This record gives sequence, C-alpha cells and structure tokens, in this order.
Amino acid sequence: MSLPSILLLLATPALAAALLALWPSWRSGAWVNVLACTLAFAGALGLVVHRPDSGPYILVDDLNIVFIVLNTFVALTTAVFSATYIAHEVETGRMTPANLRVYHAMYQVLLFGMNMALVSNNLGVMWVSIEGATLSTVLMVGLYRTPEAIEAAWKYFMLGSVGIAMALFGTILVYMAAQPVVGEGQDGMVWSVLVTRVQAFDPALLNLAFVFLLLGYGTKVGLFPLNAWLPDAHAEGPTPISAVLSGLLLNVALYAVLRFKLLLALNPGALAPGPLLMGMGLASLLLAGVMLYRRRDIKRLFAYSSIEHMGLIAFAFGIGGPLANFAGLLHMVMHSLTKSAIFFAVGHVAQVKGTQKLSEIRGLTTSHPALGWALVIGVLAIAGLPPGGVFMSEFLLVTSTFAKPFPLMLLALPLVAGLLIAFGALVLKLSGIAFGEPTPGTAPVKASYGPLVVHLALVLAAGLYLPAPLVAWFQHVAKLLG
Amino acid sequence: MPQPMSPHFVFDIAHLLAGAMVLISLMMLYQDRLPALIKVFALQAVALAASVAWQAYAHDAPHLYVTAGIAILFKGLVIPVALHRMVARLGIHRQVETALATGPTMLAGIGLVGLSLVVMLPVTATSDPLAREDLAFALSVVLLGFLMMVTRRNAVSQIIGFMSMENGLILAAAGAKGMPLVVEISVAFSVLIAFIILGVFLFRIRERFDTVDVDALDRFRGGRA
Repeated sequence: MSLPSILLLLATPALAAALLALWPSWRSGAWVNVLACTLAFAGALGLVVHRPDSGPYILVDDLNIVFIVLNTFVALTTAVFSATYIAHEVETGRMTPANLRVYHAMYQVLLFGMNMALVSNNLGVMWVSIEGATLSTVLMVGLYRTPEAIEAAWKYFMLGSVGIAMALFGTILVYMAAQPVVGEGQDGMVWSVLVTRVQAFDPALLNLAFVFLLLGYGTKVGLFPLNAWLPDAHAEGPTPISAVLSGLLLNVALYAVLRFKLLLALNPGALAPGPLLMGMGLASLLLAGVMLYRRRDIKRLFAYSSIEHMGLIAFAFGIGGPLANFAGLLHMVMHSLTKSAIFFAVGHVAQVKGTQKLSEIRGLTTSHPALGWALVIGVLAIAGLPPGGVFMSEFLLVTSTFAKPFPLMLLALPLVAGLLIAFGALVLKLSGIAFGEPTPGTAPVKASYGPLVVHLALVLAAGLYLPAPLVAWFQHVAKLLG
Repeated sequence: MPQPMSPHFVFDIAHLLAGAMVLISLMMLYQDRLPALIKVFALQAVALAASVAWQAYAHDAPHLYVTAGIAILFKGLVIPVALHRMVARLGIHRQVETALATGPTMLAGIGLVGLSLVVMLPVTATSDPLAREDLAFALSVVLLGFLMMVTRRNAVSQIIGFMSMENGLILAAAGAKGMPLVVEISVAFSVLIAFIILGVFLFRIRERFDTVDVDALDRFRGGRA
C-alpha cells in the first residue's frame, strides 16, 4: 500500500518526463502532463492514508506530508491551466511544438525534483533534487528566447548556482559536524539519524553550516538580499512556470531551511536560528512592500508580492512557538493557492491584452467580467482582506507576535507596517487593472476557469471555516517545529 | 608500502595540493585572455584530481579515485577542449572584459582567502586534522570562484568561475572523511548538466546577439522596472 504511493509520487514524474520529451503531439502531451500530475497527486493522498516507514532514503513525517500534498495539488491544477495557456501561445507563435516537448518534459522533471526533495531523508539527495528542480526551471524561464527571457534565465542560473553551491558547502559542514558522533558513511547524511544525535555535535561547526545553508537555500526562497533573480524569472518565463515557481519551488527551498532549523534547535550550544530567519523575513517584507509601488509589469508586481509573502512566512517560522508556526504553515498553504490562482488569471489577461505592462491593462471588469472579478478576488485575498485565508494567517501571526514578551513584541510594529504598505500598493495597482475605461484587447478569452475557481474557493473556505482535523494536524506540526 | 608514512608527510602533501588549488584560483583572477584562462582552469582540475586521489590514498577510501578520475577526465580534458573550440568558433580570444581591474581583484582575492582561514580554522579546531586545513582551502577556492563570476562580464569566464567554485566544493566533499559516494558522483553529474545547459544558453545568446558578453544582455533592461 505504501510502496505504490511512493512510487506514484516519484516514478510517475520521472517516467512522464522521459515520455513527454519524445511525445509527438503537444495537444495530447498537455493532457499526458495532466494525467501524470493526477497520478502523483493520488500518490500524495495515498501517503496521507498510509505512511511508509522511514528508511535511509525516504522519510515521510507530519511535516513534509503537508508540503507534499500541497505541492502535487498545485502542480495538478497548474497543469490543467497550462493546457489552455499553451494552446494560445502556439496560436500566436510564441511557442513551437519542439519548444513544448522541452516544456512538458521539464515540467515533470521539476515535479520529480520537488517531490524527491520533499520525501528525501538524505541531505545529499535533498540537495541534488533541489538543484535538479532549479536547473529545469532555468530552461523553462529561457523558453521564449527573447533577449529579456535569456537575460532572466542567465541571472537566475548564476544566482541560483551560487546559492546552491553555498547550500552544498553547508551540507558538507553538517556532515563534518556529524561525523565524529554518528560515524563515517551513510548515516552522517540521514536526517532522521542526525536529529536523534545532534545534541552532541560541535556547535561552532553547526552554526557555520546553518549560515551557509540559510544563505544558500534562502536564495531559492527569494529572501532579501538574495532575491534579485526572482522578479525576472517570474516575468519572462511562461506564466504556468511563474505559478509553480511562486507556489511551489519557493516552498520546497523553505522546507529545506526548516529541516536544518529543527536540527539546530536541538543542539544546546548552537545559535538560535530564529533571529536570522526573522531578520531576513522582515527585511524581505518591507523591501518588497515598498518595491510594489513602482512596478510597471503585472507579473513582476506579483513576483514582488511573492517575496513579501515568503518573508512573512520566514518571519513566522523564525519567531517560533506553536501559534506563530501554525500561522506560518497556514500562510504558506494559503499563499501557494492564492498566488498560483492570481498567476492563472494574469496569464490569460496578458494573453488577451497582448502585453504585461500595467499601464496598458485597464478596465478588466468591464471588458472581461469573469476574469476581472476573479483577479479582484485573488488580489484582495492575497492583500490580506477578510474573509480570505490569508487574512486569518496574517491575523494569527500579528497577534502571536504581540503576545511575545516585551522586546520581541515590538517586532509587530514593522510587521504591521510592512503588511499595510503592501496592502496599499496592491489595492492601488488593482484599481487600475480592474476598473476604468477598458484598454484595447477586448476579444473574448478562452480561459480555463476550473483551476482558478477551485483555488479561490479553497482560500475563501479556509478563511471562513477550517475543518477540525486539519486544525489539529497543523497544530501538531506547529508543535514539532518548536 | 614498506613502512608506514609519518602523518606529517601525509598532511604536508595534502596541504601542498590543496594550497596549489588556491594558488591556481588566484592565477585565474589575473588571466586576461580566454584561452589562457581555460588552460589555467584545466591546471586546477589536475590539481583537484591529485588532491582527491591523495585523500583517497590517505583515508584508504578507494571510491574517491572515481571522483579524481572524473575530475581529470571531464574538467581537465573534455571541458577545456570544448571551451577552446567554442572560443575559437565565436572568435572571442581577445581581451577579457573585467568589471574590476586586476589589482583590486587580486587584493579582494587575498582578502577572501584570509577571511576563509579566519572563519574555518577556529571552527574546525576539533575535527579530523587532515580535513581541517583542506576545508579552509576549499572555502577559499569557492569564494575565489564567486569573485571570478562577479568580476567578469564575459559569459565564458563566468562559466569557468562557476566550475572553479565546484572544484572547491569537491575538494571539501573529498576532505570530509567517509562522506557517501552518492553525493560526489552527483556533484560531478550536476557539473556536467550545468555545462550542457550553459552550452545551450551560449548557443542561444550567440544566435541572438553575436556576442557572449553578458553586458550585451543588460542593454535590454531599459524601460522595464
């Protein structure tokens, strides 16, 4: 029972990638892509029902199962959106059938890399998987071959590989710290072994390792000051890739940081990882909030909003405690769902208007009511307006920060300031996009509303009512995170 | 082996080889022609292979010989030859454009080597003595690779900076006693993958711009905030 689930989760994307690289027709290829994602999602659900025992390579515990289910679900809905999206891109000649073979194969490689990173118990395998996932997205970002796309892919590749190199150096340092205690060989890289013995590790080595790991994986999360690649990569690639980058890959990198944070928290002599995460998180929140005002490109706007929200999540996990961790987890799920929904809408908007410039996108609710209002709902939800799920997690985060003892509670001030700054920017930009005199490009749009509606409905439902078992589960995970 | 070697001799050779890699990294910083830069990179790959092979011998870890073999074959031979061909075909064997003059770059490089010694030595005081200095040297090579990627504008030199950084990482991984082979092979593989991908990129950049100077890309940033 459990073995097939793991196989579905990992083998399906791997096989599908090989198959899609050779698949002749892009039309049916898009649906093979959807089918493979469905099977992977089924595998993830299977893992919820029955969890395999952890071995030296595979670890499924309460923490990563949240990520796995979210990951495969958003990958599935994005694949459905992608099928409509690419049909339009082929019509306008921006993508060719040969391009699309690469695109679909890389989509599955990305999915495989992310799933592998999430279930891996071996820190080395986790590193390799995240690197693989990154390389596949580099190819997809450069897919349009415009000068801007190539520049974005180059920048992403360079900054990403610097980050990845730092993460590997950190991983080696963790092994060096573990080796005198755990012994040589395989065990020194196995997370579930390390976590039971970490009390005896050399704290100084562990501290240094964490700094490298935080900078390295933090680059992939898009935390300040290593966020320069993120807006370009989001703006210049195909929109489904922007959705999976924002909704998924950033989370996977954050998951890696969390695993190492858990290790460090168990060692009495090591530095507290919280303040570092809080500092980087707050800086990302404030910086991205201010930057939102000056965006002129619709995809860049929401890319900066992703930096802002990853900063919030990092801050939540940094401040720690059951309530803040709960808020962080909930916020991560809500952000993934909402942001990918926004990118689904933005993808169709950019297609119908033929531009990504904010100044040329106006009056959407008049020209395309369904799409326009979906975008309005999505943006208001991501800005943190009730009754969206994002409001609830942000509210929890702010209250849990206020509930901390004296000097720490002051951090609630920059937190609230950052939230308000970002809120203002998003509402300001939204009013321009959604209302007023429509700009040219009023042709009806062939959109796939399914994924959009499902995501937004989930976000709204979560804001109104969270099922008790889900709350209990999140509370349990929040406690694990310390 | 007729008689066991003194541990000092083992350290000395290991340090000599790892130190040579740092020295070669510094040499790369002042190469201003691409063909020369590629040759120096090949030399570093040879030093890496020797260093890893010595670790394999000293630690009695035969699987490291595989890593050493990969280093000398791919990075010492295949990649430099391929890069030479590319440079010749693109006709870019002239001056290398640097964002920072050679003098300040060298000073920054020396600063980075000092930094990595200051950071690593106290932290690793209690670990395996053979690994200790190696790790400091490895961090120096990694940081010098970064420096190279930052100070060069030419795409080929940025690739070389990136690969030199990976050399440092492999040195560190080989120095960590008993680190599983899985990781080393995958490191070598990812370098290869990275290379292929970069090759694709270069091809596209060439196709669009007739240049592989990354500065040419920056021109297209105007008007987009």
